[in-house]
Amino acid sequence: MKEYTITVFSENNIGLLNEVTIVFSRRKINIESLTVSESEVKGVSRYTIVVFSDEKKIENVVRQLEKIIGVFKALYFKAEEIVHQEVALFKIANSPKLNGNLEALIRRQNAKILTVNPDFLVIERVGYKAENQELFNELEQYGVLQFARSGRVAVSCQKKEFTSYLKELSH
Amino acid sequence: METATKAENIKEMNNTGETLSGAEILVRSLIQEGVDTMFGYIGGAIMPVYDALYDYQKELKHYMSRHEQGATHSAQAYARLTKKPGVCFTTSGPGATNLLTGLADAYLDSTPMVVITGQVPSGLLGSDAFQETNMVGLSMPVTKWNFQITKVEEIAEVMAKAFYIARTGRPGPVLIDITKDAQVQKAEYKYERCKGIRSYQPVPKLNMDEILAAAELINSAKKPMILAGQGILLSGAEQELMEFAEKTQTPVACTLLGLSSFPTDHPLYVGMLGMHGNYGPNMNTNQCDVLIAIGMRFDDRVTGDTSKYAKQAKIVHIDIDRSEHNKNISVDVPVLADAKQALTELNKVVSGSEREEWMQSFKDYYQLEYEKVIEKQTHSSRERINMAEVIDCLSEKTNGEAVLCTDVGQHQMTSARYYKFKNPNTQVTSGGLGTMGFGMPAAIGAQIADPNATVVSVSGDGGFQMTIQELAVIRQYKLPVKSIVLNNSFLGMVRQWQDLFFEQRFSYTEMDNPDFVKIVEGYGIKAKRVSKREELQDAIQEMIDFPGAFFLEVVVETESNVLPMIAPGAAVSEMRLE
Repeated sequence: MKEYTITVFSENNIGLLNEVTIVFSRRKINIESLTVSESEVKGVSRYTIVVFSDEKKIENVVRQLEKIIGVFKALYFKAEEIVHQEVALFKIANSPKLNGNLEALIRRQNAKILTVNPDFLVIERVGYKAENQELFNELEQYGVLQFARSGRVAVSCQKKEFTSYLKELSH
Repeated sequence: METATKAENIKEMNNTGETLSGAEILVRSLIQEGVDTMFGYIGGAIMPVYDALYDYQKELKHYMSRHEQGATHSAQAYARLTKKPGVCFTTSGPGATNLLTGLADAYLDSTPMVVITGQVPSGLLGSDAFQETNMVGLSMPVTKWNFQITKVEEIAEVMAKAFYIARTGRPGPVLIDITKDAQVQKAEYKYERCKGIRSYQPVPKLNMDEILAAAELINSAKKPMILAGQGILLSGAEQELMEFAEKTQTPVACTLLGLSSFPTDHPLYVGMLGMHGNYGPNMNTNQCDVLIAIGMRFDDRVTGDTSKYAKQAKIVHIDIDRSEHNKNISVDVPVLADAKQALTELNKVVSGSEREEWMQSFKDYYQLEYEKVIEKQTHSSRERINMAEVIDCLSEKTNGEAVLCTDVGQHQMTSARYYKFKNPNTQVTSGGLGTMGFGMPAAIGAQIADPNATVVSVSGDGGFQMTIQELAVIRQYKLPVKSIVLNNSFLGMVRQWQDLFFEQRFSYTEMDNPDFVKIVEGYGIKAKRVSKREELQDAIQEMIDFPGAFFLEVVVETESNVLPMIAPGAAVSEMRLE
């Protein structure tokens, strides 16, 4: 089992997310993370899906995803074929005990403070999942009230871009 | 008068700019798509549509089933014979959920359907209203596409899209769920047929490199073999297949759904593939050097153990659905194309000469199968009639020219093995899903599609009782459907597995059956039972000659198994003859 990142481009239609996830669930593939948002083309959604599986299965999954009416293109990538990040937000209770150590930690971790108010502060960090996890572990001593992380967003290293696929399709 | 006026103006009904109810727009959409026949069952949430249908009885003939599952199977058979989408109407809730088996069946067997389900008013969606079920959610895994209409303005465009998707590319079922308020709202009627969808490419652009790569393999083959699937029938490539086989002198084996795509009396025909197929094509799958699979999907019932499937062969796989390439079997040359398109191109560049020795190996295997199985079954010395005797006799009496609709089980495999199909598209069966209860309602749809054909349904005693209520449709519309039940008082195929693989522990497969003849007579249909061999020929002749519907129950041997057989998990070349 290896980690694969699957990118799907689809119409922004009701129910399509459901159709996409059915392809995974019927093969009992768990989705580790899923991000859906508008792509560089207006009205076209980009999905970034992270799974652990084997390549043969993922090849089949990608073809079955492309078969869905409303899906333009589905591609899969190994870790080295993409550049990816996730966003993490940490909510920490504000208290007089917070000191310069926290500030140093935030600097060292390349994180930043988004907001501070009398009750809490919110720290943001963009990075790999493991890095954000590490910050969480270090912040725990200050009491983390909430820890929210996004799914992965990824761009591929391949030369052919989605817009050229889209052009081919509209012929 | 109203109806007559509408009929006359049928051609101009397209863009009149009239303001119509959603229900009427829906009905006119069907007419625009060339629909003249449909199946269904009325209920609360679809009543406005049925009310609109009342005015269009001349243009649209609606056949009322007795259970929604029956309507779907009839529509499926209608679709397979006419190659037009089969259309079904049902109400919401239970009416709609009863369709699911038919949708799943049509999805696996690539049958075009447009199924319309009523839905509760849009304001009640999600509230657990009376007879509300989430049909879009439920049908998603078993449809090619589905959509819920909640506004009258959506109807014409969505219907156009539904028909386009159902019939193009690899065909499949589409479900349109339409809320009751959308059926009664009014809008201007303007219909345009769908010409394309940007995220859907039904006909792949033929890649000549693939064709040439395939041709190179084919032309260098010494022991090639063709696996012909339903794709041949769906694309109407029977002639192209014949030309291809003859040019390359390649033996042709059919999958279950590919039966009738190649004439059984052709010298290059070598039989059926798969678990209960013929011995030769299965054994030789692991002997051939080039396997040419056309419009088939390497189902596990065809391949057996995939790790021991045709390992010695180079495989060419022609299919219109890219997701079928390398799905079950890794292939050497995938050709993404419609079967007819690919064969037309291939026929320009392929050749071959007679392969006496190779063809002889099929004949030798057939001889072995004949001695060990076929002769014993078609000329049984046992007291009871064997299923094979019935199908053999039926084949002979109908000259292989009937439309044969089968259910699922031993009788289905026996029909597939022993009926000698002459004409294309004359077998309708439930292949992928294996739906018991499919056969008789399918025969209804087939008879409606081809009123002059001799349509025969063959069922077992188990499956027949799953949709027995559809006899009322035969009665109501006076359809001359011939129905045969091969009664062994068992779920025969399951019994066979219990016999072979479960130490003869016959757990819940024996059936204490009703008097079928009396039941069928209750529907006003002529019925007969035979249990003696000497009565069989005459009874089948009487059935065929009878001018209307006829039911024939044949009491057959219980202990007989369908052979040869590839045991589950075994390799194709491990097929057993006894």
